[in-house]
Amino acid sequence: MPRNQEIKKVLVIGSGPIIIGQAAEFDYAGTQACRALKEEGLEVILVNSNPATIMTDRAMADTIYIEPLTIEVLERIIQIEQPDSLLSTLGGQTGLTLSMQLAKSGFLEQHGVKLLGARAETIDKAEDRQLFKETMQSIGEPCIPSQVVTTVQGALAFAEEIQYPVIVRPAFTMGGTGGGIAADPTELREIAGNGLRLSPITQVLIEKCISGWKEIEFEVMRDAKGNVITVCSMENFDPVGVHTGDSIVIAPAVTLSDKEYQMLRSAALNIISALGVEGGCNCQFALHPHSFEYGVIEVNPRVSRSSALASKATGYPIAKVATKIAIGYTLDELTNAVTGVTSACFEPALDYVVVKFPKWPFDKFVYAARTLGTQMKATGEVMAIGTSFEQAIMKAVRSIELGLDSLRMPKLAAYSDVEIYSLLNVCDNERAFVVYEAICRGISYDEIHRITKIDRWFLAKLGKLSAMEGSLRQETLEDALYRKAKNMGFLDSTIQTLSGQEIPKKRFASYKMVDTCAGEFEAQTPYFYSTFDEENEAAEFIQKQGSQKKKVIVFGSGPIRIGQGIEFDYCSVHCVWALKKAGYEAVIVNNNPETVSTDFDTADRLYFDPLTPEDVQSVIETEKPDGLVVQFGGQTAIKLSKYLKNGSVPILGTSPDNIDAAEDRKRFDALLESCGIPRPKGLTVFTTEEALRAAETLGFPVLLRPSYVLGGQNMIIAHSAQDIEEYMQIITATELDNPILIDQYLMGKEVEVDAICDGESILIPGIMEHIERAGVHSGDSISLYPAQTIPHKIVETICAYTEKLSKALHVIGLVNIQYVVFEEQVYVIEVNPRSSRTIPYISKVTGVPLVELATRAMLGEKLAEMGYGTGLYKKASHVAVKVPVFSFEKLHDVDTHLGPEMKSTGEVLGIADNVHDALIKGLVAAGYQLRGRGGVFITVRDSDKQEILPIAKKFADLGFILYATKGTAEILFAHGINTSFVHKIDEAAYNPITLIESGNVHYVISTSAKGRKPARDSVKIRRKAVERSIPCLTSLDTANALADCLASSRDISTVQLININSI
Amino acid sequence: MHTPIYLVLANGTVLEGESFGAVGDTVGEIVFATGMTGYIETLTDPSYYGQIVVQTFPQVGNYGIIGADFESTRPWLEAYVVREACEEPSNFRSEGSLDGFLKKYGVPGICGLDTRRLTKIIRESGVMNGKLTSKSPYDHLDEILEEIRSFRITHAVESVTCKRATVSVCEEERFHVVLMDFGLKENIKRSLMARGCTVQVVPAHTSAEEILALKPDGIMLSNGPGDPAENIEVIATIEKLLSSGVPMFGICLGHQLTALAAGAKTIKLKYGHRGGNQPVKDLFSDKVYITSQNHGYAVDSSSLPPQVGTVSHINLNDGTCEGVRYQGIPVFTVQFHPEAASGPQDTQYLFDEFVRLMEREGKQ
Repeated sequence: MPRNQEIKKVLVIGSGPIIIGQAAEFDYAGTQACRALKEEGLEVILVNSNPATIMTDRAMADTIYIEPLTIEVLERIIQIEQPDSLLSTLGGQTGLTLSMQLAKSGFLEQHGVKLLGARAETIDKAEDRQLFKETMQSIGEPCIPSQVVTTVQGALAFAEEIQYPVIVRPAFTMGGTGGGIAADPTELREIAGNGLRLSPITQVLIEKCISGWKEIEFEVMRDAKGNVITVCSMENFDPVGVHTGDSIVIAPAVTLSDKEYQMLRSAALNIISALGVEGGCNCQFALHPHSFEYGVIEVNPRVSRSSALASKATGYPIAKVATKIAIGYTLDELTNAVTGVTSACFEPALDYVVVKFPKWPFDKFVYAARTLGTQMKATGEVMAIGTSFEQAIMKAVRSIELGLDSLRMPKLAAYSDVEIYSLLNVCDNERAFVVYEAICRGISYDEIHRITKIDRWFLAKLGKLSAMEGSLRQETLEDALYRKAKNMGFLDSTIQTLSGQEIPKKRFASYKMVDTCAGEFEAQTPYFYSTFDEENEAAEFIQKQGSQKKKVIVFGSGPIRIGQGIEFDYCSVHCVWALKKAGYEAVIVNNNPETVSTDFDTADRLYFDPLTPEDVQSVIETEKPDGLVVQFGGQTAIKLSKYLKNGSVPILGTSPDNIDAAEDRKRFDALLESCGIPRPKGLTVFTTEEALRAAETLGFPVLLRPSYVLGGQNMIIAHSAQDIEEYMQIITATELDNPILIDQYLMGKEVEVDAICDGESILIPGIMEHIERAGVHSGDSISLYPAQTIPHKIVETICAYTEKLSKALHVIGLVNIQYVVFEEQVYVIEVNPRSSRTIPYISKVTGVPLVELATRAMLGEKLAEMGYGTGLYKKASHVAVKVPVFSFEKLHDVDTHLGPEMKSTGEVLGIADNVHDALIKGLVAAGYQLRGRGGVFITVRDSDKQEILPIAKKFADLGFILYATKGTAEILFAHGINTSFVHKIDEAAYNPITLIESGNVHYVISTSAKGRKPARDSVKIRRKAVERSIPCLTSLDTANALADCLASSRDISTVQLININSI
Repeated sequence: MHTPIYLVLANGTVLEGESFGAVGDTVGEIVFATGMTGYIETLTDPSYYGQIVVQTFPQVGNYGIIGADFESTRPWLEAYVVREACEEPSNFRSEGSLDGFLKKYGVPGICGLDTRRLTKIIRESGVMNGKLTSKSPYDHLDEILEEIRSFRITHAVESVTCKRATVSVCEEERFHVVLMDFGLKENIKRSLMARGCTVQVVPAHTSAEEILALKPDGIMLSNGPGDPAENIEVIATIEKLLSSGVPMFGICLGHQLTALAAGAKTIKLKYGHRGGNQPVKDLFSDKVYITSQNHGYAVDSSSLPPQVGTVSHINLNDGTCEGVRYQGIPVFTVQFHPEAASGPQDTQYLFDEFVRLMEREGKQ
């Protein structure tokens, strides 16, 4: 069946902001989908609220709406655009759920819109627990004993029947939000209650706990003709019980015999056939480790995180093929893009092993519960490819940027054997390292397996790594041993440290191609990974291409984490495109399987490898490039500049020395002084005593942070000596290479600027203003473009400072500068001579292609010749509001109070012709329910008590009922604002917690001088609000903006929707 | 310490690796197999007779050796080539390691070499012979190359077929099938028995008269090793069987021999199809199936006279003949392996078709 000719205009729904469980993989999938549709000459209309994506780029679709992903908005867009079809399966759970709601309400049919990708009944069969179970029963596929319940009582009754422990899985929540394992009725009451609340249809599944079984996944595809294939099998290192997003995953499955493998493969194909999926589907199985018994855990009839991983692991472009299937093609009509000659209707054969390792945010959230269960907590992941599991996991471990070069986690060395033994029982983010330590300590595989249920195969492989460590320590480092260690994935530096000997003869890595077919057919994919074999396929490939073009390597940004998100992938991809456009060959090195940058279609060559100095050195050795680019890959790439600066290949753009000048406190201070630019006074310290002395000199409050970090990691505002002591205790727990910075904290207006500098002149596309005053991390602030309240004179000063600083730092390319305007004075807070998180959004709203211009500047072009002028670019006709999005539901015990340390995982954009509309869009897109009446609970710290008055009054005037704790209530009363008084948590049965639970409160405004520790009342209140999905505002500026929004006569049903391609 | 061992290719390339399995020198035809699981089935598949098998998947032996998964009583290949042989397998059914198994049956192995490079050499130059030797080959390379080049797989079927007929009785017998053993895989027998067939396995050299005297409801022609055209006697037997009116179903070598008996020709593929991911299109239903394959020769589609038979299946990658339906006689054959083991079970339905064919013919 060729393409369905009735399809002409397709609506694509994206997945919205990056949150835990729904990340960059959907930008990768969505981008592939849009391209696949455009390739067919179809008109594409895209809706996605996430501006930091490649898919919302001008060229990706004909019409692009960066608008809130709500039913109301989508209905309006369908009415305006009148598409004939809707692609439902590429926008994650968000896109799928919305599509289904539109289909079920009859709206799509009424408007003549066909649902592509999956029919409503397919989605129901896969997602509705009961229907799913019935479907599985009808085709004889076993499920795990389970029952859908809609009440806590129902949950308790069924749990009695199947016995504890039981797993709670809420229906229609992504990443398993609200789920968990309950060991007894008390736990079940809490988890099931929570899950029921979070499920949009108030449904949870109570399931027999099968912890310890193997968890196996299959990515399968089906077309309308009924052709079915499996793209990839995957095996979880961690047995059932840990969410697959939090598991170390190996592809293909390695411990299954052919009989077991084929049994599950056939089951997956039976399932996709029974569901009638047309496109991609993910099937998860639990397999009993000592029999052929298995159960179907879950089926996702859409493109998913696993399918992105499977695509990168095999080279098979699942999202692209799924899109082609959705518009009518069958698998046998499509060609395998990798070989260019063979059919897409085949199953990839791997001649390597892939390991995925999750990246968790616990280095940032020190008080978060680190235990792993059915609810995903990882923000991102890395993938590594190797010719053995050992090689791949070693690469993966050094890619996750925990400062590790092997599975040996230094802090575990301090534990006794008994402690390590008992730690094996703890299933948290460090388990793999504990298991490795246990093996090194000589605890038997059988014993480790008994406790962890991790398959002995994995343990034996880790054992080989441990044995190699031993050999390196004891034996003479001869070439044979060195080669063996290299093959197992050890870095030269690790080998030298372990052996205490010099490397006999340094070897650089060679490269193998990922070709989907294990070498059976000649492939054209420029997709490589490193090994230590003789043959270098990348070098052969380069030679064969015989390109005369100059070559540039772009270093990517690694795993998605808080503070370094998808924005940096956006920048890396645009840099690659700009290089290609400028006539260069662009090469990318990155290790994140979720991204567009690691699509083998993006760069001229892709090296899927770790971003450590040694790993990238080998790429440079093979590529022999003319230049290197580090400024688009976030801190991950910037960190490399230190090692690369002495090499023979020039780093394009701002020099490493100048990057250092911006990061090194002393040099930076000197620079500011020479420019005559003020900054908040600051000092550097190493010890608690020094910090306390410094704070006294500067005067409280002060800002503390380590130097050389991203996203304000471990940054706090200290209001007292106790705060400093608590902070220093945490921060000095790990060894300090760089000093702690301690600054005077100025509570002013925060302004942010991205600029491009060519060495002679600068271009400032726009000035952004934060709604929250300085003190809230810029990534967590609501940001307005163009700046609304900054007087002309200040703007001029900011432009002048930006130019001065850029020139003084000899910036070539991008620079991001944060200012604080305090008492009409402009101070510099931070200068980052690299790309920033605001680049994608500012590029989109101003129409200035920042990364492209920056790349051209790095290649030697002058801004004056680029057609966008110099100085401050003209203001756009629209206002854009960036609103941060958090994943607090997924991270227990994390204080939601905003501060100098970044906590958001993603962002959305609201665009309108006025501030109010833009803000309304932004807030709605970020998930705020803007209701005009209801209750507001207010509890603020003393320093905020005056300022809360006008805000509280605004809410009261709108007709909201106010609730407040004692101190806050008193001052509100005193100023004639009617307030209900609420006791402290342990003082009465009616307290903030029960109030929030009562459902009478719709907003919480909570600020506190202290925070972080889960035991504090203020933290408990904020956590409760998260649990009940009630917006909790921890900055008075946000609360004020919200009140203004509510007071305006506008709402989301009346704001004008804007096609950004028409701006 | 590991013992070095060398794999010398007919084109003069020498690959060094470590010895595992049995110790000994051997010459064979080097082929590569791309299955990511199923090494036990591969090792015991008689179709690999005379061959040195290279696994493209780098970690082999992960789930150990499992007797229940054997496709014949023992390994038939000349030597086994893997990147890494798992020393500590893990599976609830595992009875031992790959190394122990190869030692037990005297099959030499080489590991610790770049199997992808080797695969690519075969892909580029086509299937070639090679020698596995534990002695450094460099100073007498010409001599070895001479030996390698003169090697040919001959008398393959003769060597692997059973010595005498045996019967496996199905308790709920609906049909009596004679299975001609050219080097059969056990799962063909199991697949038939699971469908109510009592299976009488007969040696390859059994005459048509002898077979027909058994009054079979159907005749199954098994897979097997070697150059199909070499089996002149068997081809003549099949020619007679074709005109008997008895339903026949051929797999792999059985498919090729039937085509030869019907007057078509076979060709040697450059490097064959070996693995579990080969897409085959059923031209009658227009559906594609992922199949298990292991063959170096193929039926030349253009040599098949239209009045004799029609190509029913093709390989989606290279368009080669994957199945034939014969005109006017109840006979169909496929190049791939519907019995799987190892590989996907998606084409098991062909055994059902064979059963239906016997049903229909039985009624007439």
